[in-house]
Amino acid sequence: MSKELVTLGRVVIRFAGDSGDGMQLTGDQFTSATAIFGNDLVTLPDFPAEIRAPQGTLPGVSAFQLHFADHDITTAGDSPSVLVAMNPAALKANLHEMPDGADLIINTDEFTKRNLDKVGYTENPLEDGSLDKYRVHAVGLTSLTVDALKDFELTRKEAERSKNMFALGLLSWLYSRPTETAKNFLNAKFAKKPEILAANLRALEAGWSFGETTETFSVQYEVKPAPAAAGEYRNISGNLALSYGLIAGAQAANLPLYLGSYPITPASDILHELSKHKNFGVKTFQAEDEIAAIGAAIGAAYGGSLAVTTTSGPGVALKSEAIGLAVTLELPLVVVDIQRGGPSTGLPTKTEQADLLQAMFGRNGEAPVPIVAPRSPAHCFDAAIEACRIAVKYRTPVFLLSDGYLANGSEPWLLPNVDDLPTIEPNFLEAPNHQLNGVDVLWPFKRDEETLARPWIRPGTPGLEHRIGGIEKANNTGAISYDPANHDLMVHLRQAKVDGIANDVEPMFVDDPTGDADIVVLGWGSTFGPIGAAVEISRREGIKVAQAHLTSLNPFPANTGEVLKRYKKVIVPEMNLGQLTMLIRAKYLVDAVGFNKVRGLPFKAAELVDVIKDVASHV
Amino acid sequence: MSETFASLRLVPKADAQQSGKDFKSDQEVRWCPGCGDYAILAGVQSFLPELGLKKENIVFVSGIGCSSRFPYYMNTYGLHSIHGRAPAIATGLSTSREDLSVWVVTGDGDALSIGGNHLIHALRRNVNLKILLFNNRIYGLTKGQYSPTSEIGKITKSTPMGSLDYPFNPVSVAIGAEASFVARTIDSDRKHLTETLRQAAAHEGTALVEIYQNCNIFNDGAWEPLKDSDSAEDLLIRLVHGEPITFGKDASHGVIRDADGSLKVAAAAEVGSDAFIVHDAHAADSSYAFALSRLSHPETLANTPIGVFRDVVRPVYDQQMSHQVEDAIKSRGAGDLAALIRGKDTWTVS
Repeated sequence: MSKELVTLGRVVIRFAGDSGDGMQLTGDQFTSATAIFGNDLVTLPDFPAEIRAPQGTLPGVSAFQLHFADHDITTAGDSPSVLVAMNPAALKANLHEMPDGADLIINTDEFTKRNLDKVGYTENPLEDGSLDKYRVHAVGLTSLTVDALKDFELTRKEAERSKNMFALGLLSWLYSRPTETAKNFLNAKFAKKPEILAANLRALEAGWSFGETTETFSVQYEVKPAPAAAGEYRNISGNLALSYGLIAGAQAANLPLYLGSYPITPASDILHELSKHKNFGVKTFQAEDEIAAIGAAIGAAYGGSLAVTTTSGPGVALKSEAIGLAVTLELPLVVVDIQRGGPSTGLPTKTEQADLLQAMFGRNGEAPVPIVAPRSPAHCFDAAIEACRIAVKYRTPVFLLSDGYLANGSEPWLLPNVDDLPTIEPNFLEAPNHQLNGVDVLWPFKRDEETLARPWIRPGTPGLEHRIGGIEKANNTGAISYDPANHDLMVHLRQAKVDGIANDVEPMFVDDPTGDADIVVLGWGSTFGPIGAAVEISRREGIKVAQAHLTSLNPFPANTGEVLKRYKKVIVPEMNLGQLTMLIRAKYLVDAVGFNKVRGLPFKAAELVDVIKDVASHV
Repeated sequence: MSETFASLRLVPKADAQQSGKDFKSDQEVRWCPGCGDYAILAGVQSFLPELGLKKENIVFVSGIGCSSRFPYYMNTYGLHSIHGRAPAIATGLSTSREDLSVWVVTGDGDALSIGGNHLIHALRRNVNLKILLFNNRIYGLTKGQYSPTSEIGKITKSTPMGSLDYPFNPVSVAIGAEASFVARTIDSDRKHLTETLRQAAAHEGTALVEIYQNCNIFNDGAWEPLKDSDSAEDLLIRLVHGEPITFGKDASHGVIRDADGSLKVAAAAEVGSDAFIVHDAHAADSSYAFALSRLSHPETLANTPIGVFRDVVRPVYDQQMSHQVEDAIKSRGAGDLAALIRGKDTWTVS
């Protein structure tokens, strides 16, 4: 049967089901196929903290949103055009975000009285007319899967597990996606379970064939590849890119990578990933707690490794004292904070940007720490290398401040040429660095005149035996010092060292094509995509608006104040209550206006457009 | 010159004979006059030449407390860190640098209170650390509060009506935490201290040495009965591997195994000296060493064993960590960054 083929510019699909239904996996596989097909894409996984929340309930709904297009896109899409709902809970949890006329692909098999009752449906929405404004495709995904697998020696329950592959097959047909990547994935995953492998492959094909033959779908869609710079691409999530960036940073410095970490959502994937790559000389240490994790990293840094600790906000709180130790020891260390909703346990699987001030100030005493924040999943790679570079060059702990959205979201990545990566020079001190009364001596805190960094001295280096610690040290000699003037000097020197990095980081990103905008929207971290989309839309509507974005949050790049003062209005959207706004206002006396929401989800472009329009109307 | 200990085989050897003086730093020692720490410092400095290691390959890591000033006085590498975290920091150092001999100096508050978690996990992992735990049953640096090893009812600045806390027995804690080497010695007994350090240094993996140490300012005489020549003989049980466990004048007492399998002290006159058990520090089952550690009385100090309670062979964490790296390189080849970031699914835009 030949069906009409309709070409679309972009599509936003949301896969939603029970947390045990495999929606993340289905989304990942659809994404891989879409990436290889050549569309631009952005993903937004959204799942509960519970591993298996009570089946069929609203809190147990796990969703995966994918935006793909034939042109450059920067967000996961404000509202989905298609919802795949595996059960009544998935429908109910997501329906309010579906625009009129959207496609709903609904697994009718799960719409039993019991399941409807669980989520408070008194009538079956498939029958009561409440879905009339949508295009409903009622498909018995479970029963069709079981039927397709009847030749396999599987229990009904085992067969039902493949329904996500049936759904993937169906969606792959609907949007003309190839299924090769999913087949390769299944072949690898179930290599040792041939029966399960065959069943999943069959379910995938059955889903595709069902789409081709059923009358439920009269139209097949295609989204043409997006134009992109020439080169080799892959799809990558933020945590994966960040892990690779750490390995690359260590290679660039020619140092062994040492990770001390304690499992915490949403950072654990970095521990998992790095532990797979011991053949890069990577050592990973899963510690007994967050403090031991950074403690081990500090020990490794002292020993001359490129040391890293990975965590989320609650872990940073526990590590604070140790970060202060690294500040005063002036040792290189990368502290990765994958921010999540807080305070306390908060929203472990949701995104937020509310650790900025914790990273800036969350220590006792004056303890400045540079902060690097990636702006997109792929940018996590570059940001990780940058964090390593600053840590080693300036002998300081550095915060790498990512978030849950970047961590789990993904996008196409133009692969960098590894030969073009920056080199990082550890410059270990190998001999005494000072002459005192004609005698060669070691001054562990004699500073580089340009960077103010002290030497990095590895144990095992003869003649440089020395003792340092958390007690204030005399400048140059490093001996214990309680001298008031020396403490004042050291506090100022440590601050000046970090402040000086402003001239050694990339200038702040500014996009102002006409050069005469009155408004600038300033962001940091993962809001880059939504802000970029909102600025684009606003410009099409005639508003002159610029976008500025910070990767280095401490110090701010040297051009920051000058750029912000060019504009009449500075809007700062943040997923917090105005942390960057506060810093900007304090430092540059700029009348920055915050737009602040903490819903655990990235901004929608539309809501930012509203803000821009509102401000524009008052300029 | 020096023995070669298996635990230190990767640590470079010194080119020339060393003396205790080589390990004295130029820093003025700032413990209170009369502090037991002086004796331990002198003991360690005079013992280290025996190891014959390049002193630049020795690192002392400490936490916070009086004892934790120790690294400043050693002419080796030293890191004076933060309260309780020395075992964690030393773990990172030791597991990333097998060519170093890493020592941790800590106290009863540092190791057993704020840092209790790190201590037990270092012990169970069997990281190649030598941990010297100075136990004076008091907080000295904060000027005299009770510690996790203080006796019940102890009157201190923070417990004017007496401490309610039941004390830890550090040796019992360590054995319970799967330690592969646990010993106890006394600050003022140089010969015993040195012999204990020797055995600890030789041990592959974590060695915990509890050192009874006197704080003459805030808890003077805490261990006095064990030091006083009139009483010590009747209180101290000196453990020597392979020898019967006896004590008291003319070995009047010893340790026997009771009918229910537990250990208890008995008089030779009652049970006959043949009944005394022979100390086996290498016993695989830790319940034996644990039972030995329970003989002592926390208040009267009666039946206090010193020496090596337990010394068994277990895989060393540092070595295993390195082996995993070596195995990964052997089986998959040294990492290729370009191949790694490329992954399996790529596409090309021309």
